[in-house]
Amino acid sequence: MIRVVDVHKSFGGQQVLKGVNLNFTTGKITTIVGTSGCGKTVLLKHLNALLLPDRGEVLVDDIDITKLRQKELYAMRGRFGVLFQGAALLDSMTIFDNVAFPLREKTRMGEPEMRKKVEERLDQVGLEGMGYKYPAELSGGMKKRAGLARALVMDPEIVLFDEPTTGLDPVLATGIHQLIARTQQAFGFTGVVVSHTIPQVFEISDYVAILADGVIEEAKPTKEFQASQNPVVQQFIKGEIEGPIRVL
Amino acid sequence: MLSLLTHIGRFTLRQLSEMGRMFLFLLAAIFLAFRPPAKIGLIIHHIKTIGVDSLSVVLLSGFFTGMVMGFQGYYSLRKFNAESWLGSAAALGLLRELGPVLSAFMVTGRTGSAMAAELGTMRATEQIDALYSMAINPIKYLVSPRIIAGLIAMPLLTAIFDVVGIYGAYLVGVGLLGVSSGSYFSGMESSVVFNDVYSGFMKSLSFGLIITWVCCYKGFHAPPMATGVSQATTESVVLSFVLILVWDYFLTSVML
Ligand SMILES: Nc1ncnc2c1ncn2[C@@H]1O[C@H](COP(=O)(O)OP(=O)(O)OP(=O)(O)O)[C@@H](O)[C@H]1O
Ligand SMILES: [Mg+2]
Repeated sequence: MIRVVDVHKSFGGQQVLKGVNLNFTTGKITTIVGTSGCGKTVLLKHLNALLLPDRGEVLVDDIDITKLRQKELYAMRGRFGVLFQGAALLDSMTIFDNVAFPLREKTRMGEPEMRKKVEERLDQVGLEGMGYKYPAELSGGMKKRAGLARALVMDPEIVLFDEPTTGLDPVLATGIHQLIARTQQAFGFTGVVVSHTIPQVFEISDYVAILADGVIEEAKPTKEFQASQNPVVQQFIKGEIEGPIRVL
Repeated sequence: MLSLLTHIGRFTLRQLSEMGRMFLFLLAAIFLAFRPPAKIGLIIHHIKTIGVDSLSVVLLSGFFTGMVMGFQGYYSLRKFNAESWLGSAAALGLLRELGPVLSAFMVTGRTGSAMAAELGTMRATEQIDALYSMAINPIKYLVSPRIIAGLIAMPLLTAIFDVVGIYGAYLVGVGLLGVSSGSYFSGMESSVVFNDVYSGFMKSLSFGLIITWVCCYKGFHAPPMATGVSQATTESVVLSFVLILVWDYFLTSVML
């Protein structure tokens, strides 16, 4: 269980998170939606303490990770797999080495076993035979998929996906959704997905939360969320210009 | 008047805290360098990059510096009818001063700036965050190996600079200006002592540390955007130059 309690975060004078409260159920997928620039990535980065809140707590299994010492913090981060919005592949090494990187650095796995595992992950994201390429030689969507393979390669307990399907064609987006759902069922990880691919992402989500104006406007099981009469939710799902969310 | 004072005070405080942060960064990098597992592969990789990148500019600048010293030394020494001391003048100048300082400048311009830009780009594209998220300490992975590589590569490049420079001065002095070849080398042999080589070595070692430290720090903390990276690159070069000269003065005055 991950619990975000009253998290505030500002950059300079800009208040991005204004008291976020949200729980993530173990072994389920929770999707966070919200307008572009509303702070979803910032919230996600608080979950494994890449950013620290100005105020509030982030509890992972009842341990406040914002107060951990360096060593415990690194151990905690080892339980997470992260797919970054921009994939964040190390561009000094090939795709294969990128995916193999956590295994090489963090485990004593032998070379043949590691090779098998990396190739399996690359197959799963549809990058078979692409391992020799460098990140700069890949399209945006391919980088995303390589980042996904890297996030899943350590079989993490908790996986954070920042927009796993943005920039992918619809067929591939469905494929990636299925991959997330399949691996989630196989390994039972706790998934946190930030996504704009609505409504398709709802099919793999157990819970959905909407972040608006620095707070969680609504967080519910997926069915209830979709049926919610909250005008913010309705406007967002339907993508309407008129409504409580102010754009442009 | 009061606002001027506040400005100065704030500026000083900011500079002091920046210096403190830089120092802590260095301590962390050194501490982590000694923590196993040692990143031998990465260290060798960075020695190779520094060496390959900077070798050609070091060779070229060493050679021309030596030739200039040949002319200038000859011109000064002839006033005292001491042309035969050209070898020792060139060797002492190069070993003690020009070799370490100029090759450090070359390495800063060639490799240090690239280091700052590379780390700055890694910051901007979240690669450093990605390392953190994989529970890998980016200072240990990115910075410590570069600093160790700098400590090893810089004295080697300086030695090359010295040798090429002495040869350049020989070409000009002996080949063009007619100093006798025997006196060029015997003068060098009789006047250069171990301390001259040693002080040059210590200088190049500390310059290797300064360059990698400053450039890694500036790149690592670059604001995450294109202008941030370019600004970090410029600052790293300027600050390295200044620190090299200041530290050079200090070392010269203690080691004379
Ligand atoms: N490191 C930072 N420094 C300063 N401001 C930041 C930083 N990171 C994020 N912000 C600001 O926080 C706000 C929220 O950014 P965030 O990246 O979380 O948006 P988002 O919801 O993920 O948007 P998108 O859907 O477009 O990815 C933005 O206005 C951004 O300018
Ligand atoms: Mg985002």
